[in-house]
Amino acid sequence: MSTDVTTLLAGPEPAPTARGSRAIRFPRSPKIIAGLVILAVFAVLAIIGPIISPYSPNEINQNWVKITCQQGPGLCIGEIKDGVPGGYVPLEVPLGPSSAHPLGTTLLGQDVWSQLLNATRPTLVVAFLAGLVATALSILVGVSAGYLGGSADEGLSLLSNVFLAIPGLPLLIVLASYVPGADTSVIVIGLIVALTGWAYGSRVLRAQTLSLRNRDFVEAARVSGEGRLRIILAEVMPNLLPIIASSFLFTTLYAIGAYVSLAFLGLAGTPTSSPAGPWNWGIMLQQVFDNNAVNTGYWWWWLPPGICIALVGTSLALLNFGIDEFINPRLRAVGLTRKAARKAGIGFRATLGFTPVVGGQKAPVSSVSGSNDGREGSAR
Amino acid sequence: MSITAQQAATPPVSVTPVLEGRGLTKYFSVKHGRGLFAGTARLFAVDDVTIALAAGTVTALVGESGSGKTTVARMLAKIINPDGGEVRLDGKPVPHGRPRSYARQVQMVFQDPFASLNPIHRISYNLVRPLTIHHLGGDDVNEAVEELLRRVALEPPQQFTRKFPHELSGGQRQRVAIARALSVRPRVLLADEPVSMLDVSIRLGILNLLADLRDRDRLAILYVTHDIASARYLADTIVVMYAGQVVETAPSTRLTDYPAHPYTQLLLSAAPDPDRAEPPSLAGSGAPPSLITPPSGCRFHPRCPHAMAICSTTAPPSVTVGPGHASNCWLHVDSSRRVPDNPEVVAAKASSTSMRPSAAPPK
Amino acid sequence: MSEMSPSAPAPSTPSHSFTRQAEPVLEIRGLNVDYGFGTEAVHAVVDCDLVLRRGQVLGLAGESGSGKSTLSMAAIRLLRSPGVITGGEVLFHPRPVEGESSGATIDLLRADEAALRRVRWSEISVVFQSALNALNPVITIGAQFDDLLKVHRPHLSSAQRWDRGVELLEMVGMTGDRLRSYSHELSGGMRQRAMIAMALALEPQVMILDEPTTALDVVTQREILEELMGLRDRLGFAALFITHDLSLLVELADEIVVMYAGRLMERAPAASLFRAPRVPYTYGLLHCFPPMHGERKPMEGIPGSPPDLRALPSGCSFHPRCPWAMERCRKETPVLTRIDASGREAACWLHSDGATVPTELAVADPGDRGLSAATRRVAR
Repeated sequence: MSTDVTTLLAGPEPAPTARGSRAIRFPRSPKIIAGLVILAVFAVLAIIGPIISPYSPNEINQNWVKITCQQGPGLCIGEIKDGVPGGYVPLEVPLGPSSAHPLGTTLLGQDVWSQLLNATRPTLVVAFLAGLVATALSILVGVSAGYLGGSADEGLSLLSNVFLAIPGLPLLIVLASYVPGADTSVIVIGLIVALTGWAYGSRVLRAQTLSLRNRDFVEAARVSGEGRLRIILAEVMPNLLPIIASSFLFTTLYAIGAYVSLAFLGLAGTPTSSPAGPWNWGIMLQQVFDNNAVNTGYWWWWLPPGICIALVGTSLALLNFGIDEFINPRLRAVGLTRKAARKAGIGFRATLGFTPVVGGQKAPVSSVSGSNDGREGSAR
Repeated sequence: MSITAQQAATPPVSVTPVLEGRGLTKYFSVKHGRGLFAGTARLFAVDDVTIALAAGTVTALVGESGSGKTTVARMLAKIINPDGGEVRLDGKPVPHGRPRSYARQVQMVFQDPFASLNPIHRISYNLVRPLTIHHLGGDDVNEAVEELLRRVALEPPQQFTRKFPHELSGGQRQRVAIARALSVRPRVLLADEPVSMLDVSIRLGILNLLADLRDRDRLAILYVTHDIASARYLADTIVVMYAGQVVETAPSTRLTDYPAHPYTQLLLSAAPDPDRAEPPSLAGSGAPPSLITPPSGCRFHPRCPHAMAICSTTAPPSVTVGPGHASNCWLHVDSSRRVPDNPEVVAAKASSTSMRPSAAPPK
Repeated sequence: MSEMSPSAPAPSTPSHSFTRQAEPVLEIRGLNVDYGFGTEAVHAVVDCDLVLRRGQVLGLAGESGSGKSTLSMAAIRLLRSPGVITGGEVLFHPRPVEGESSGATIDLLRADEAALRRVRWSEISVVFQSALNALNPVITIGAQFDDLLKVHRPHLSSAQRWDRGVELLEMVGMTGDRLRSYSHELSGGMRQRAMIAMALALEPQVMILDEPTTALDVVTQREILEELMGLRDRLGFAALFITHDLSLLVELADEIVVMYAGRLMERAPAASLFRAPRVPYTYGLLHCFPPMHGERKPMEGIPGSPPDLRALPSGCSFHPRCPWAMERCRKETPVLTRIDASGREAACWLHSDGATVPTELAVADPGDRGLSAATRRVAR
């Protein structure tokens, strides 16, 4: 709103109502809180990770072993020693968690904790960059198609349908192998992921815009002379916000999967090559699988990146569920009712189609009840 | 409130109406048929409707659902473009599209006050925007907004400006919607069933507000409704629509007291009326026809108890049956002008004279 | 506290001549219904008593939020969560079996699910406002009749069930071939007719009609109501007719109960209520319907808006909108009680000792002389 509203509000403050005076109330759902907390932890890790990282993720901290064999074969004693190899051979075995390496080491003696810390930022940057760009694309295409209708709708719908129809991973692989910079730059890879992930959100937004565009309040804005862009931005888009947020989370989730897959396939660069690609959780998993670490029981190597992917995915899903409840009050109401019932000490089996009867005969409320003195009545 | 003052039963003198729809026609493409034979068909929602709104009068457009009354209002608001006919403002045709200057003159109030205000905007936003768009705010936009709220009896206005629509009752929301329409100081207000979604106890308040706008601000108001009793209460002229066409136009009390068209008679006999001595006998049961394949001739003839041979072949002309009172019915056409005049028809006509109170108009 | 007893004011002994003839079939006593629990509970229905007699049409009038639908749905325990019945009893008196004086009375609020299932539909059926929602969209009307009869009339053969369906549809003015239609293929009026036919399929003793014609056009509404009243005369069921349209109810019902903010305000034979209302709210409501005849006069309706159940005014809920409100009305809540020798019942302090009754509320009761059209038809 361009007009100064603050002075408009100078009048007496309206009586506070139970619902509060905001159009969109922040949902205090446990799902949303949990999702936000997990995401915040990873955000912090992404920011400070490289700073607090104890080692360089590439640093090969090789352990050497000098094998002394006494009296015949089969009875060899290995002596492990850090430092200069002199008569020592490299020990090609990952070491478990220790005080020096909280999450153990890789086969090459690289610190897993440091790798994890350095991999968080690129992974999240790619995920959220792809999420943002894809959402922007889907808004641009979906909302325009829905609002404009006609041939514009047909063209834009065709475009998004084409992108929906092309299998995502092969397209990703092709793009990642041919686009220059895909192996070194998180920006380039983020854009590639975005390009393959916007179409679904655009379909959802188009459908919702279609239902919004003939709502009375949009027509009322049209009748009062509002321009087209203004109607899209100020009347339609705010009502799409929950869906846009949901679509963003969904695309981000997709982007993590896509980026990890690309890296796992070796298409997102190698940190040790030149030019070096970024560390990420997919690369870590790739190295794990290359060295058969899952089968040989080196859990400290493969579990951390796996858990990180799962946790970020969970947090995004939790947020999405929370938003879902927020959009669809029916999902919310059931939970609240049960909870309130329990709180009120009413234990009943809520069967569909049989209204519960609670309490004994309540004394009829026949005199003074309530306190509000008819504010509705005086409003006219 | 001077409904009685407007009452004088003389139809408005025919000066140039502020807003006029001439021969408005609108069809929608619908899917028709099943399976292999599915195709698109034309649904004639509105067929050749002419309606004129004069300053300082309320014209009621009465009809059942599907009669096309809302479509007429939307064509007049230029929300949809007519497929035939034209909209004239002050006698001049309005170009296609929706020029901003048109929004200054013609405003609309929608049926559902819960849907016509964007839930995310405060009340003040709804009123400030039109002022800003049309550069009408003057020096003090806030004062203008408060004045608008006072105009629709939302007092004290400061209590409402900051609120969101969900904090208001249905009646209050509809008042805000009317205030928004009034903000550009229009000359025509199109009200599409403005009270049908409201509780009965607050409907009259809104109707009285519309009457007040007509009397004080000389607005030309179109009141679209299915409730003929409220049309009689508020309107100066009632236009009855059936199956996309106008069937009868008359000053409001004249139309309800001396209905000329069989459909209007049916509508009146069906309306709830506790004062009625006897249970009404419905003349002409059945449902409105399909608008994809409308009946030939008069669209009411399959239901009409007085239908004659000509009714099924030729659409009836508009016949003046009294001052300001026109009915589109063959019953009122002089018999010499009717082409097929066989005994059956004459008999039908004779038996129908009792149903033609307008044959002997009052005064 | 008022000096009046808070208990129900003996609803089962009205002295009006035309109601005395019939036995009660459904008695609602002291019904209380809340939405939600504990401190958040909203009292939607408070201490309501209704008596529905055999063959009678009892009209229940009220605006949105008055609790009229809540009352009827709670009475057959079809109210959805978070609705909770917190007190009262709903007595259903089955049709007297031959040889016995009367069947066993059932309290629907204490009945178990099996007993409720036996009563519902076969004894008490419901017609809702939206038949589109009440009818199953994916099977034909005929299949729905078939399902219903298969469960409740197991001795009927498939062909007999079909014939019964045809018979029922013809009873409500439809052709039998409509059994092959899906609900979306029918017009609104046809759907509502089909719904009524289904409600009549098991020859119930009570029909609850919850705004059955509100969504329909006046002509269709009139046709359906006439058919319904004709069927009532033929089949002898009792009907609880719920609507906001008091003017329609006056034409239709034998007795009318007016509800406001969850309480009964007035109960009277239809003609008495229409000609000689005793409660300001009824008076106001009757003056909300512009007349179809005579000179046009400015009318005012009722100032203000219906109250928010979460913040009811103190005392009489109607007092902020009442032109005759007294000090007492702000403090004490009136209950429905007998106010004169003729048996008129009202919940209004204006009719208590020491108060002057406004002339508008003291019009002579027309009694039997002004019986409604529907009643006259029965009497013939």
